[in-house]
Order: sequence, then structure tokens, then C-alpha cells
Amino acid sequence: MLEREILLEKMRATPYLPMKAKIIKAQMVTDKEKFFRIQLENKINLGHIPGQFVMVSIFGFGEAPISVCSSPSDKGYFELTVRNVGVFTDKLHKLGKGDEIGIRGPFGRGFPVDNMFGYDVMIVSGGLGIVPLRSLIRYIMHNRNDFGNVQILLGCRSPKELLFEEETKQWMKRAEIKFNCTVDRADPDWKGNVGLITALIPGVDINPIRTYGVVVGPPIMYKFVILKLLEKKIPDHQIIVSLERRMRCGLGKCGHCQIEGTYVCQSGPVFTYNDLKKFKGELHEKAA
Amino acid sequence: MKYASLRKTNLNHWLKHLKNKAKLYAPRPKENLFVFRPVKEVEEVCLEYIPTILPPKKYYFPQKEKLFKFSVQPFKTAKAIDKFEEFILFGVHTCDIAGIQCMDVVFRDAPEDPNYLNRKDRMAIIGIECLKYCDKYANCASMGNHLPRGGYDLMMVDLGEKFIIHINSEKGEKLVSGLDYIKEAAQADRNLLERVREAKKKVFKEEFIGSLPEVYDAFDKSFASAIWKDVGRRCVACGNCTAVCPTCYCFDTQDDLDLSLNNGVRYRIWNSCQMDDFAKVAGGKDFRKGRDSRQRHRYYRKFKYPVDKFNRYFCTGCGRCTRTCMADISLIETVNSLLSEERLQ
Repeated sequence: MLEREILLEKMRATPYLPMKAKIIKAQMVTDKEKFFRIQLENKINLGHIPGQFVMVSIFGFGEAPISVCSSPSDKGYFELTVRNVGVFTDKLHKLGKGDEIGIRGPFGRGFPVDNMFGYDVMIVSGGLGIVPLRSLIRYIMHNRNDFGNVQILLGCRSPKELLFEEETKQWMKRAEIKFNCTVDRADPDWKGNVGLITALIPGVDINPIRTYGVVVGPPIMYKFVILKLLEKKIPDHQIIVSLERRMRCGLGKCGHCQIEGTYVCQSGPVFTYNDLKKFKGELHEKAA
Repeated sequence: MKYASLRKTNLNHWLKHLKNKAKLYAPRPKENLFVFRPVKEVEEVCLEYIPTILPPKKYYFPQKEKLFKFSVQPFKTAKAIDKFEEFILFGVHTCDIAGIQCMDVVFRDAPEDPNYLNRKDRMAIIGIECLKYCDKYANCASMGNHLPRGGYDLMMVDLGEKFIIHINSEKGEKLVSGLDYIKEAAQADRNLLERVREAKKKVFKEEFIGSLPEVYDAFDKSFASAIWKDVGRRCVACGNCTAVCPTCYCFDTQDDLDLSLNNGVRYRIWNSCQMDDFAKVAGGKDFRKGRDSRQRHRYYRKFKYPVDKFNRYFCTGCGRCTRTCMADISLIETVNSLLSEERLQ
């Protein structure tokens, strides 16, 4: 049986039961974020689509949804990058090489990589948004001929919060991918842009009809970046975002990730701007 | 046999028979209210009751349910429930049967939920049709759930001296066959049933001031209505309304460790969208921050979202949310306010 089918059958028969997985590499990459390379039992490939997430279990502590940050073309393992923000992630940060965790998934709708074949891609990342986007960027790197021009705009609060610095340097070296980075607050060694990511968008040169704009970042960023992309005349269905919600089941049942009538764990986390337009008011944090 | 009849004097015989067949749950009084409980003595069973505090969902979607067992070192998982039990729900109102139908739709929708379906497969439902309103809180007529609409194995209707029982499944047939005190219903009983249903039409009147499609329309247009602000101001976010709702199924998962701190069980436990942290994410952002948006969400999950997804209203009309609300938030009032607001515009 194909690995993908094994995973699907497992999810069908015992959807709540995590698979055993082992951390084969772990390292702090910034003050708050830790990187994990994980191998499923029997070295089964996760077979995910870039942008999908897994439910990570630490028995006794519970379960949390985490975006996969490696590409499906990275075989034999997959990778996660996790910020320490609460009880669960704090425990996860205490784990290291050789420790075992539980994995369910992959879940959700990923980036529409098949639809993006032949298109130019403009990736806009804010803060931790680079984590799910890294799966897409690596996928594009591994299948470079399938895509047109690729450019990445990356924003974060300060240079020391910049994730995947080494990789970023590699991306910058590869001439066929344009890369531009900005920070909210510079430090003395910083030689790049300072300011909001929205300031970088007007300057980019794109053919909007042939371009996918992919945006991942904190909720506040979406509104402003999407407006800039619309100004660039990128069609609504070619603006792609990934939304953060705290899923408990991944099966479209538990209700936690629901935006109005939509279960993000099944219909998302990746949406087009066309999808987002249908929401009436639960996209952002605000009262009714 | 399509219809059977049972003399009321033989009801307890039948209950004893059912109790021997499988675990039997039925309504009985508790203080001034009613609850579904495992039947110990058949005399306790009470068929004249207003909706129980909790709907029978506690038996097919338990408040705290084992998902699997685990051990931390070495990393191991195991089945937590070896065998799901056969059981009979006795004396279920038609509104609660509608609730079970809603749950069926949700948990059968792919990806299926094996825990629910395992229980449901082993469940037999014996309903009882209401001939009068339980109290002023029910809106079953507007929802169309004051009449049986399938979803049961047997349906009993009180005809005075006897019950006429509609047999709706093979499972149901097995529960009434081979008993000398349950006979095929005579034509006279069938005629009496028709007259009882006719009389019901005078008793049950639509409680909403508009039809269901109008209600759906009103919801479609009222997302930004000030009515939600008003409901939110009164709501104390206690979550009673969702706990007692036969179609609320949101849950959380929880790991409980035993004293070794190495072995434990992962449970799923009921959770409520009315709770403060329900839609909160890791960074602390809360996407339904106000009680107004959470109440609106609850109502939309009854009258709008499931209609879009499953073509089915998830309000059964049982009236429990209103009956239990500490702040007197009335479902009938809220829906009627939305309808009148919509009509004014």
C-alpha cells in the first residue's frame, strides 16, 4: 500500500489516535522559536501538501495544531518550527533529539500548488508566517521549473527574530528568486529595509493576471497586505492566505476553529481572498 | 406489523422485558424536574415529563469520553473502550429524536467519528409523542418537531387506555415481537391515532412569527444587528445553554494521568462556544471576544450554518436553552425580534 493510503486509512479507522514519531533533530533558532525534525514510525513519509498542519501530541500535556514547515519533497522526515507561547509549547521546547511525540495528520487544505503551476508567485510573510510559507518556498525550490518568477517579501519585528537566516541567504543567492526583507525595528548591524512590509509591495514589478500573491502573517497584517495586492490588480482568487486557529480535533467537529460556518481545519487553513470575502466579521479579533 | 398496541396496565411488563434485553435509559423525576437515568425499578419511569435537564445525548455523546489509553515511557497507545454497550433510550420526545438526527448528520459527515457511530449503532430509540406543550419555552411546532419525523425504532402514542406503537425498524420490531401483551393495532386504534393527531393541530401553533425560510432569511441579514448586542449584554457566559442543547457537540480534548504520571487516558469533554477562551489562539488573539459574538455564534449554529451545510435546522424546539438560562435569554423572543426587525426594513 502507498504510504499516503496507509495514513488515510489510519485516519479513517482511528482518527483520534496519534502515530508514534521521533524527534531526530532539535535546535533553538531564535530566542523563542525551536526547530524540530521529526520522523514517523517506520519512516513513513507524511506526504503532506505545503500549508497543511499536523496535530502534535505530548501525552499528559495534550495536543496542538502545528504547521509543517518542510516540503513534501524533503523525504523521510518532516519539520516543525514552534514558538514557545504556552503550557504545551513550553513542554515541546523541553524535548530534544531522541524524544518521542504523537502525530496526527496531515490535516486541512494546503496551498493550491497544482493550480499555481506556470504562474509567477509573490510571497509575503510577516513574523511567524514564514513557518508555513517555508514549506511552499522549499516546494517551489525543489520544483523550480514548474513556476514562473518567484519573489519573497519578508517582514519581522527585529533582525534577531528573523527565522531561517541561513536558508534566507541561500534564497538570496539564487538569482532566480528575488528576495526582499524588512524589519520593524533595526539593530546596529542591520543593513536592510526598515518599516512595514506593506511599504515593499508598491515597488515590486508583477504581471498581476499571471501572479499568485501568497500572504501569511499575524491577523492584522492581512487586511493591509491584501489591500496592497488588490491595488496591484491581482485577481481575488489568486490572493492566498493561511489563517491561524486553535484546532482540537482536525476533523471538522470540535468547533474551536470555526469562522462563522466554516471549519478552518477542513476547509482551510489556506483560503483565497474570494473565500474570505464571504465572511461577515469573525476574521478579525473584535466584538460583534 | 406496522402498528402495535399495548395496554397501559402492561407497560411495566414491557419495561421489564426491555430492561432484560439491554441497558435501559428512561426519564424519571428529579426534584421538580426530570432526568434520563438507567432504569433500576421500572415503576420510576415517568412518561409525562417536560424535557429532561440534559438531553439523552449524554449516552451517545458522553460528557467525558475515553478516546484512547497511553503511556508516556515507552510511548504507547491502546484502545480505551473494548466493547460498546447495547442500550435502549425509552420515552424520548420527538424534539430529542430530531436532536439525534442532527448529531447523526454531523458525525457521519466525512471524516466520520467512530466513537459516536459505535454508540449509535448499538442504540435503540423508543419515542413518545407529545400531545400537549411541555411549557411556554418550547418552539417545537415552528421547528416541525412536535410530530414524529423518523429517526426512531418505535414511537408510542398515548390513546388513553393504551399506547399505539409505530414500528419503524427491524430493531424496533424485535423489541415488540413474541410478547403476548403487545398485539397488532386494530383499525379502530389507527383511526383514534388520526383523531389524536387532528386534535394536536389545535394545540400546537407556530411559536415564531414567521416560517422557517423567513427565519433563515432574517438570520442571513442580521449578522450586524443590534439585537446581538442586547443578547450579549444579558448573557453571563455560563454555557448552560450549550450544555443542555441536544445539538451542541463542540468538545475539547484532555489528558488525565494516573498517579504514576506515566499512564493515562485522553478524553474528549464537552466544551462550549460561550466560554471566554473557546476561539482563542496561541498568541492570545480571541476571534469571538464579546459575549454578543459568542451568543450570535450559538444562534447561527442552529438557524444558519447547519442549514447551509446539511440543509437542516439544528434547533429542535425543545426549549432547554431558554428554560435553563439564568439571564432569561429567550430563544423564541430573540428569533421573533430578528423577524420583526427584518420586517420593519
